[in-house]
Amino acid sequence: MIAVLLVGLCAVDVVAQSDKPRRSGFEFMSAATQALQRDDEQNPVMLWVKDGARRWNDVSAGFACAGCHGEAQQSMRGVAARYPAWDEQLGAPVNLQRRINLCRERHQQQPPLGSEDDAMLALESFVALQSRGVPIAPPAADPRLAAALDRGSQMYSSRIGQLALSCAQCHDQLAGGRLGGSAIPEGHPTAYPIYRLQWQSAGSLARRLRGCFRGVRAEQLAPMSSEMIALELFLAVRAAGMPHEGPGVRP
Amino acid sequence: MSARTLIDMPRRVRRGEAFEIRAMIGHPMETGYRRGADGDRLPRDILTEFGCVFDGEPVFSAKLYPAISANPFLSFSMTADRSGELVFRWRGDRGFSHTERVNLVVE
Repeated sequence: MIAVLLVGLCAVDVVAQSDKPRRSGFEFMSAATQALQRDDEQNPVMLWVKDGARRWNDVSAGFACAGCHGEAQQSMRGVAARYPAWDEQLGAPVNLQRRINLCRERHQQQPPLGSEDDAMLALESFVALQSRGVPIAPPAADPRLAAALDRGSQMYSSRIGQLALSCAQCHDQLAGGRLGGSAIPEGHPTAYPIYRLQWQSAGSLARRLRGCFRGVRAEQLAPMSSEMIALELFLAVRAAGMPHEGPGVRP
Repeated sequence: MSARTLIDMPRRVRRGEAFEIRAMIGHPMETGYRRGADGDRLPRDILTEFGCVFDGEPVFSAKLYPAISANPFLSFSMTADRSGELVFRWRGDRGFSHTERVNLVVE
């Protein structure tokens, strides 16, 4: 069975899929899980969003996020859909989590948060909520991002790990099929941070990607590392134009 | 410890008309059966009881067990013939207790 699977994978190599309509992971979910995402009163990620709204206005650090950015409903509209983006001072691309940490360090004199800290996921999901329905539009035309984008693209199509599988082999060529009992989605990061039923918690895109790295028995990349952000950038560009689903639910 | 909760219900209802209340609380519901990265068993930390009381009168109560998922979501219906205060209380291991209050207006 495994031999057949591997032969199958080798036979179909990287094929461009640009002419196919893209499908969000939402479309691969069961009706019950879709209902959970559609209804904010049932969606457990709203626990983090509510906490994020509180933190947005929290002045205990001296400066609240709202002190500079004001009402998130206006100032953060569409922001999550535009990341990863270039940071001038750092001279590198940053994702939304890294941006939140840079804001904390530069303007609030607060220590950075970890990728899966509840405080980070709360702020990130609150900011992501303001981008619901906004088309994903990373600044792909920014020439300073070209190197990272190229690197991310290479990572996406490079075979990695003991199973020697690339992202593209599952998420381009076998998308819509099944791995065990689970649907293989196209791998568009449209709804992060997500509440994942399997985790029983909210989690970041980095956590999800690390799950895939572990699945193919490859070396883990650190969240917010330059490689991880390069891959996230490529995925965002690949999903450009698809609507951002705000903090969503995934099985 | 302050817990995160979401309570979804109408704040104004018609007399005698049934309405739905949905209550969710952020809680890990650690079963006590899992082991951590160090191989040691993670101590049980679950919610054990939930209750909803309307002006001193019990509306709904539940006992919770380790097989219930993290961030438990409970939904139930009630009718009211007068305005009053709904008190939601969750209790759990390690002395956990959290209370939320919602005023209900009957028209």
